[in-house]
Amino acid sequence: MIRRIIAACLLLLTCALPVQGQDRTIQDVLQEHADVIVKSSRKTIAPAIEAVANSGLPAAQDVLEAWQAKDMWQRDSDGVFFKAVKAEGSAYDLLDFDTGGPVGQADKSELTQMKPNSGIRAMIAAALVQFQLNDPDPERRREALLAIQRDGEASHLAPLRASIKSESDPEIRALKEVTERLLTISFDPDEAARVTAIEGFKGSLSLDTRAALNPIVTTHIAYADGVGETANVKRELRAGSRDLPVAEAYALMVAAGAVTPQPSLAERKAALEANISDGSVAGIPLAELNTQEARDRAYAALADQGLVPDFDPAATEETAVQGVRFAEIYDEPSRAVTGAAEATLASINRAVGLNQFFDLSLDGLSLASIYFLAAIGLAITFGVMGVINMAHGEFIMMGAYTGYVVQQVIPDYTVSIIVAIPLAFAVTFAAGVAMERLIIRWLYNRPLETLLATFGVSIALQQLAKNIFGTQARPLTSPGWLDGALSFNDVVSISYIRIAIFVLALIFLGVFLFIMKKTRLGLETRAVTQNPSMAASMGINPDKVNMMTFGLGSGIAGIAGVAIGLYAKVTSELGADYIVQSFMTVVVGGVGNIWGTLLGATMIGFLQKGIEWFNPSNTLAAQTYMIVFIIIFIQFRPKGIIALKGRAAGD
Amino acid sequence: MSAPATQSAGTLLEVSGISVSFDGFKAINNLSFSIGPAEMRAIIGPNGAGKTTFMDIVTGKTKPDEGKVLWGDLSRNLIGMNEARIARAGIGRKFQRPTVFEDQTVFENLLMAVKNDRNPLAVLFFKPKFKDLAKVEELAAEIGLADQLSRKSGELSHGQKQWLEIGMLLAQDPKLLLVDEPAAGMTLGEREHTTDILKEAAKTRAVVVVEHDMEFVRRLDCKVTVLHEGSVLAEGSLDHVTQNQDVIDVYLGR
Amino acid sequence: MDMFKKTPSLPIFIAVLVIFTLAVTFLSEAYGAGAISTSFVKTLGKTLCLALVAIAMDLVWGYTGILSLGHFAFFGLGGYMIGMWLMYARTKLIVVESMASAALPPTPSEISDAIGTQIFGVVGSSDFPLIWTFAHSFWAQIALVVLVPGILALIFGWLAFRSRVTGVYLSILTQAMTLALSLYLFQNDSGLRGNNGLSGLQNLPGADAISQDYISVWFFWASSLALLLTYLLATFLVSGKFGSVIRGIRDDEARVRFLGYSVEGFKLFVFTLTGVIAAIGGALYYPQAGIINPAEIAPIASIYLAVWVAIGGRGRIYGAVIGAAFVSLVSTYFTGGQAPDINLGFYTIKWVDWWLVLLGLSFVLVTLFAPKGIGGLFDLISHRMSPDRHGLPLGPDKGSLREEEAEK
Repeated sequence: MIRRIIAACLLLLTCALPVQGQDRTIQDVLQEHADVIVKSSRKTIAPAIEAVANSGLPAAQDVLEAWQAKDMWQRDSDGVFFKAVKAEGSAYDLLDFDTGGPVGQADKSELTQMKPNSGIRAMIAAALVQFQLNDPDPERRREALLAIQRDGEASHLAPLRASIKSESDPEIRALKEVTERLLTISFDPDEAARVTAIEGFKGSLSLDTRAALNPIVTTHIAYADGVGETANVKRELRAGSRDLPVAEAYALMVAAGAVTPQPSLAERKAALEANISDGSVAGIPLAELNTQEARDRAYAALADQGLVPDFDPAATEETAVQGVRFAEIYDEPSRAVTGAAEATLASINRAVGLNQFFDLSLDGLSLASIYFLAAIGLAITFGVMGVINMAHGEFIMMGAYTGYVVQQVIPDYTVSIIVAIPLAFAVTFAAGVAMERLIIRWLYNRPLETLLATFGVSIALQQLAKNIFGTQARPLTSPGWLDGALSFNDVVSISYIRIAIFVLALIFLGVFLFIMKKTRLGLETRAVTQNPSMAASMGINPDKVNMMTFGLGSGIAGIAGVAIGLYAKVTSELGADYIVQSFMTVVVGGVGNIWGTLLGATMIGFLQKGIEWFNPSNTLAAQTYMIVFIIIFIQFRPKGIIALKGRAAGD
Repeated sequence: MSAPATQSAGTLLEVSGISVSFDGFKAINNLSFSIGPAEMRAIIGPNGAGKTTFMDIVTGKTKPDEGKVLWGDLSRNLIGMNEARIARAGIGRKFQRPTVFEDQTVFENLLMAVKNDRNPLAVLFFKPKFKDLAKVEELAAEIGLADQLSRKSGELSHGQKQWLEIGMLLAQDPKLLLVDEPAAGMTLGEREHTTDILKEAAKTRAVVVVEHDMEFVRRLDCKVTVLHEGSVLAEGSLDHVTQNQDVIDVYLGR
Repeated sequence: MDMFKKTPSLPIFIAVLVIFTLAVTFLSEAYGAGAISTSFVKTLGKTLCLALVAIAMDLVWGYTGILSLGHFAFFGLGGYMIGMWLMYARTKLIVVESMASAALPPTPSEISDAIGTQIFGVVGSSDFPLIWTFAHSFWAQIALVVLVPGILALIFGWLAFRSRVTGVYLSILTQAMTLALSLYLFQNDSGLRGNNGLSGLQNLPGADAISQDYISVWFFWASSLALLLTYLLATFLVSGKFGSVIRGIRDDEARVRFLGYSVEGFKLFVFTLTGVIAAIGGALYYPQAGIINPAEIAPIASIYLAVWVAIGGRGRIYGAVIGAAFVSLVSTYFTGGQAPDINLGFYTIKWVDWWLVLLGLSFVLVTLFAPKGIGGLFDLISHRMSPDRHGLPLGPDKGSLREEEAEK
């Protein structure tokens, strides 16, 4: 007894710290089991593989790998095993397992190749796992673990457990422990161990955990009379419920032989067609068989004559499944395991749900920033000046195309974006000032005419962009450091580009507030907004202020265009896609107030994401419902979320 | 607030305890006021005293924060009714600036105002009857626009527009007329004509005139209510209120 | 009648329309010389329908001051409603014919299933959605042409006017309604075949033997008659006291309210009535176009409608007709590839590419320099003058007439 314990200890020791210096070579081990190796039968090979694997010799892994790859050959003359590599012609280079060095050549006729079948190769592979798991290179250990997580087997369990204790890298050790639990869940014969492992995953968000747990709770629906006493029943079902439509239940009963299937509608029709004689079926003229009722009569007549199987119109599928019990049964037989898995999955789903909510909030936030960016310029022109600019969307588009053109000139994406932002501002600022000077200032106090005139500009600009850049989408590529996503866990992540847009939106908010509150332009703009004639008499030139304000609003649209172009394709319709949402944002938020625009964008962004969450497949429907919601919202707050009250609101 | 002295003829409009504030500024502060069925009343007060806001509340344009506006024999509360219903109930309003439909003729303006069924279908199939035409002509004569019926009202002089608007008010046949600065921008002759029209109207209905011009108020020769900071400061004949020390302080002591 | 006295242009319009209709008839391939091709007869018929919806737009915008950017949605809905019957009835005929050769005569449910598969196969379905309940009945769908857009206009208008949304807010709100409707129809499960829309509408059920040459002229007559009736209705609406009230609402709605008129009621009446008129126009237009899909309803179409009215001259009914006819015909000319390219040496102007630029710019110019639009040209003949108001519009409201648009 004591000897065996000592031997076991020695074995462990040798596993962990392979000690050279023993006289035994791997060749000795192979020779000991030469018979079974050559016989290569799956039934008898196990001791040989075990012996090699547990020999504690450094060459053991090489032997197993060569064996598995069918590179192990036996020299017929003396029965020694070599690793053989094909040289010229039929000659093979022989390599000694123990030293790894070449020991001459031999002709193929002098050698016999070991050809393990697939079952044996799988056994060898399982034996190899322990070597990979103990490989000195941590990267290879990690790879082996991930491979096991993806495609684990029962045989991996023992070497994995054995390798945990000796693992020095804490990260890989944690990975090993997780992998061990995943394997335990799937393959451990001990029920208690599985339950413990399952419960260990409560609240986990990992996709692998869910992948391991989900197969345990797979179910199938069975006709209850055919279910044995020991079956692990999840619940009983009645036919006609949401989970078990009548047709499916009926099919189960037919499959179980509980009912004889009635001829279907199509079968009955085929039977009628097969029994047409002299323009009638069972004496009923064909022309009269244009109702189901007449066809049923004809069929019944045929059945009476014994020509076709009986059909009882009263015995519908509904009546057949009436009062019959069906059961949903776990494929996994152990009740304790499925119970634990269900409980753990429920807790995981709660955690996932919570995290999805966070993820959705992040999505909503980023959508809100995009709407805010698109709308802020509009908020200035519409809110501050009362001018509705239908060409605002086209200014956004001009900004995006400016970015595209800059990227054609400057290949470095980082530099080009840095150049594009001020350039886009300059281009659209100029366009805005030109439009204000040429069109809008002649139409102050005529907002409806302004709307239509700027619409004219809008269609002209859109077509112009089509003529210049073509109809296909142009790429505006973001710098490399904006690729990828900030990932909190398997559920919550947000792309860097969206973070950048969020940051940009915050910067805009800050800049806008600074301009309006701290600069001369802001002061004059507010003065002109509140009382143009008084402002004029104070020496403010309202013409100039209007021009600058309009230019500012348009310029911001240009920058928004660069930002939107980074994650959406640049087309001539880019702006048109955002214009209605931008108007909505401004109107919902309340005109004339930047905080209102912020709130409006937030509300619309979150609302759209929220509606999409209820019906994720259908963004069109989400937009429809959102607009309907906004129309109703306007009923209750016609002046928006932040409304100016009293006389300041005007009429 | 002190109740008006003359209650003998009953009360047509009674405003009690209304207050309204805009962004913290109290435009009307616990105002009470009442007027009889055939009475002329002038409301005076400095800028920001709440004269126009008072009219806005009575005509339904502004909702007060608190208080009641009771109307007619049945003492119906006007708060919560929209402008059109209040107008149909018998309150006519003339704005400070002349507001007539400038793209339409004097005849069209007056015909639109003549008391008739106001619902869209009735209006659509409306055919002016003899009495409607007679009413238009009678009013046109009264406001001195009998020979201008087919002219676009946008082309009338300022004073003519004011009269046209008063004419439209009378065509509605209201029980109460609220008139905001009718004499603003008028020549002396025009003022006299305006005074005559209003005095004539006050014989059969209540007329409330908001006015800055003391001379015009004196010519109206009626009871005067002085508003200040959204409540009644004094009430009585013009001579009476102009001797009131509070009124002197507010008007002259500034 | 009173309205003839007040509207001297009315007899002229009637005469022009009758002469035009007769001329097209006698130049058509079906009934005359064949100088006008069948496809051009269809184009002219469609143009009359567009003129019809432009009258509706003029009533709501030019006369009532509501810049609705949603009337083309009603137009499209009308087209959808009649299209459902056309498609159902014709598919039924085809299905019944193809089933006639089967061994057994088909049952009603077999026919219905086959029609469903035919119509909805393209969106991966074969069941009839609830909204097709009445598609089998011509008269029911005709009623729906009026009812569906009418009720939509009524509900939307009630919500919008009740909360006193006016001016550009109202425009944006109507635009949002249009966008919501078109996005909804773009879905495959909207029940109206998603972006495929309804097609084959030019084929009248049971009229396969009749050539399109004849059908196009019949539709042209129907469009012409509808336009005439709409014109008379519109003239009747605006010439009496009702016209006074809605023009009052356009220029100064607060004043109308203090006169005791329910401004909201009048607006709702006009909005709904014009919505129904637009729907009738659509029901006549799309059988001539042959196809309707959600893109037709997109907000931009409704803005174009306003553009036509503005170019023709707002606040005069013949202006709307002229604007719609002129712009849509010229658009067809330029975008149809018929217009010759202009070679500048260094660049060739292709009108297909540049027409929209020209249209956009000319629209800006009309708004700025010719508020009376094309209709203003007639004033040169009739010596109608604008008042001199030193640039002031005729009322305080945003939709009020501009100085140049008014008559002295």
